[in-house]
Amino acid sequence: MATANTRVSSIGRRARGTSSGRPLTLGTQILLQLICLFLAFTVLYPIAWVVSRSIDPSTLNRPTSLLPEGATLDAYRAVLTQPTTNPVSFARLALNTILLAGGVTVFALAIAVSAAYAFSRLKFPGRAQLMLGVLGVLMLPAVAGIAPLFVLLNRIVIGGFNLRNSLFGVGLAMTSGALPFAIWNLKGYLDTIPKELEEAATIDGATRNQTFLRIVLPLATPVLAVTAFLVFLGGWTEFYLSWQFLTEPKNFTLSMALYNMVGQYAGQTPWSRFTAMALIIALPVAVVYLALQKYIVGGLTVGGVKG
Amino acid sequence: MATTNVQSNTPATMRRSSRKTAEDTRTAYLYLLPALLVMGIITFYPLLYQIYMSFTDFGLKNLRVNSPPPNFVGFDNYLRILKNDMPFTGFDFWGTLAFDLWWATSNVVLHVVLGVLVAVLLNVEGLWFKRIYRAIYVLPVVIPALIIATVWKNMWDADYGPINSLLSTIAGWFGGAPVHIRWLDSFDLPISWIPLPLSYYAMLVTNIWLGWPLNAVVATGALQSIPKELYEAAEIDGATRVQQFLNVTVPMLRPAMLPFAIFGFITTFNLFHLSYFLSGGGPDHRTELLVTWAYRLVNEQKLYGIASAFAVYVFFILLILTLITNRLAKATANYAE
Repeated sequence: MATANTRVSSIGRRARGTSSGRPLTLGTQILLQLICLFLAFTVLYPIAWVVSRSIDPSTLNRPTSLLPEGATLDAYRAVLTQPTTNPVSFARLALNTILLAGGVTVFALAIAVSAAYAFSRLKFPGRAQLMLGVLGVLMLPAVAGIAPLFVLLNRIVIGGFNLRNSLFGVGLAMTSGALPFAIWNLKGYLDTIPKELEEAATIDGATRNQTFLRIVLPLATPVLAVTAFLVFLGGWTEFYLSWQFLTEPKNFTLSMALYNMVGQYAGQTPWSRFTAMALIIALPVAVVYLALQKYIVGGLTVGGVKG
Repeated sequence: MATTNVQSNTPATMRRSSRKTAEDTRTAYLYLLPALLVMGIITFYPLLYQIYMSFTDFGLKNLRVNSPPPNFVGFDNYLRILKNDMPFTGFDFWGTLAFDLWWATSNVVLHVVLGVLVAVLLNVEGLWFKRIYRAIYVLPVVIPALIIATVWKNMWDADYGPINSLLSTIAGWFGGAPVHIRWLDSFDLPISWIPLPLSYYAMLVTNIWLGWPLNAVVATGALQSIPKELYEAAEIDGATRVQQFLNVTVPMLRPAMLPFAIFGFITTFNLFHLSYFLSGGGPDHRTELLVTWAYRLVNEQKLYGIASAFAVYVFFILLILTLITNRLAKATANYAE
C-alpha cells in the first residue's frame, strides 16, 4: 500500500483536494478506519449473502450463517440445466438474451453513429428541430411507450408468425428507446473531438465519407465501446418489454426466468437456485463494467457538466 | 433544389459557400437517413399513435388484427385519470405523483450528501487502505439494477430475509427477542405523522445502498480538481477542517455535483425496478411510481387507451421537471463563474 500511495501522490492526484498537510493522529486514523470498515460491511453484506446462499445445499430452511455447511455447486448445476419449471434450457435463455441484446446493440449503434456525426458536425435546415425530437423521446421513459408498440407490433401477423410475440419484435421495440440514447451519447462525445483534424484531412483531399470513416470513427472508439456496452447492458437485463410481449417459453430471456423464480413470497423462492442465477446474470456485465468504469463515469460527468 | 437557381446569378464566392451548404445539407440527410427512417417507424409513429390511442377506449377487444377500431371518447381518459375513476381499485394519480416527487427528492439528497462525505473521507491524506476501499465501494454501481432489486426483495423478507436475521442477532446480543418486521407488506406507519409505509423505507435503504457509490465516484473526480492552494490559503487564515469543508469544498463541488444531482433526480423519478420488484408498489399501491403505473395499466389492466393518456401525462410532467431543473442548473452555472 505504501508504494502505491507514493506513486499516486507523485503524479499529484492524491494531494489535491485534501484538507491539509497535517498528519493524521492515530486516534483519527482509527476512527476513520472504523467508518470505512462499516461502509465496506454494508456494501459487502448483501453480496456475501447472495454468494453464500448460492452455495448453500439447503434450499428453504432458515439460513443463519454466511458460511453454509456442506457448500456445494449443485444450485449452479441445476440452473445451468433447467432454471425454471418452464420447458426451456439455460443455454436457450442465454442465447435469446445475447441475440436480443447483441442485435439491438449492433443495429442501434450502426444507425446512431452516422446520425450523431451529422448532428455534431454538419449544419443543415431542420437540425435544431430534429435534435429536439431526439431529446424529447429520450426524456420519455421507455415504459411509457409500451402501449402503442404492443398494439402496433401485434397487428403484424405473417402466416402464424406474430411479430409482437417474437424476439425480433421485442428487439424492434427496444431499439425504439435505445436509438435516441445512442445518438445523444455519441453526439456528446463527437462534439469534443477537435475539428482541426478533419479540416486537415479535407485540405489533403479527403472526402466527407473518408474523414468520417478514417478519422472520426477511430477517434470515437472509446465512446463507441461504452455506448455499445450500455445498450447491451440494457438489453441483457431488459424486463418489461419481453415480459409484456413474449408468451412462448422458447423465446424467454434470462431476466424473465429470474423474475419467474422470485415468486410472491420468499418462502416459495428456491433460494440457492435464485441466487446462483442472479450471480450468473450479474457477473459477466459487472466485470465489463469494472473494466470500462473510468470511461462510463467520465462520460456521465462530462455530459453533465458541459450540459 | 432551389439552390441551383440562386447559384446562376450570385457572385463566385457566395456561389461556392451556398454550394457547400447545399452539399452539407445533402450529406447530412444522407447520414441521418437510416436513423430517421428507423426512428420514424418505430419511435415517432408509435408515439403519435399513442396520442391517438389516448383519445379512444382502446382495450383488449381492439387488439386483434381484424377487430373493429376503438371508439373515440375525447378527453374522457385524461379526466378519468385525474379523478382516479378506474375500473379497478388502488389507483391514485395525485398520490402517486406526490410520492414519486418525494421519492426522487429524498433519494437524491441522501445520495449526494453521502457521496460527497465518503469522497471527502477517502481523500483524507494519510488514510490507510484507500485503494481497497475504493475498489469495494464501487461494487453496487456495476451490478445490474434488476439483480439488485430482486435480491433485495428477498433480503427484506420477514421470515427468511437476512436483514431480519441480522437484526435478530444484534437484538440477541442485548438479550432481545428475534426481530420479525414485515418490511414490505406492513400497513403501519413507522413515523406516525409521515404518511409513508415501511416499504418506502426499505426501498430508500436499498436505493441508498446502490446510489451513493456512483455519487462518491463523481464527487471524488470533482474533489481532485480543486486547487490545493485554496486549502493552503484557508489554513494560513486559520480555518479549521470543518470550516475548510464548508467554505472551500462545498462551494467548489457545487457546479459539478448539481447537474449530476439533476440527472439522478430524473433517473430516480423513473426508477422502475425498485418499486416494481422490491415492494411491488405495495402495500396497496402506496409505493407505486408513475412508471410502474404506466406498466401496470398495460400489463395487468390491459387498458391501452387509458395507459396512453397516462403516458402523455408522464411526458408533460417530465417536460416540466426538466425545464425547472435546467433553469436551476443554469442559475448555478452563473453562480460558479
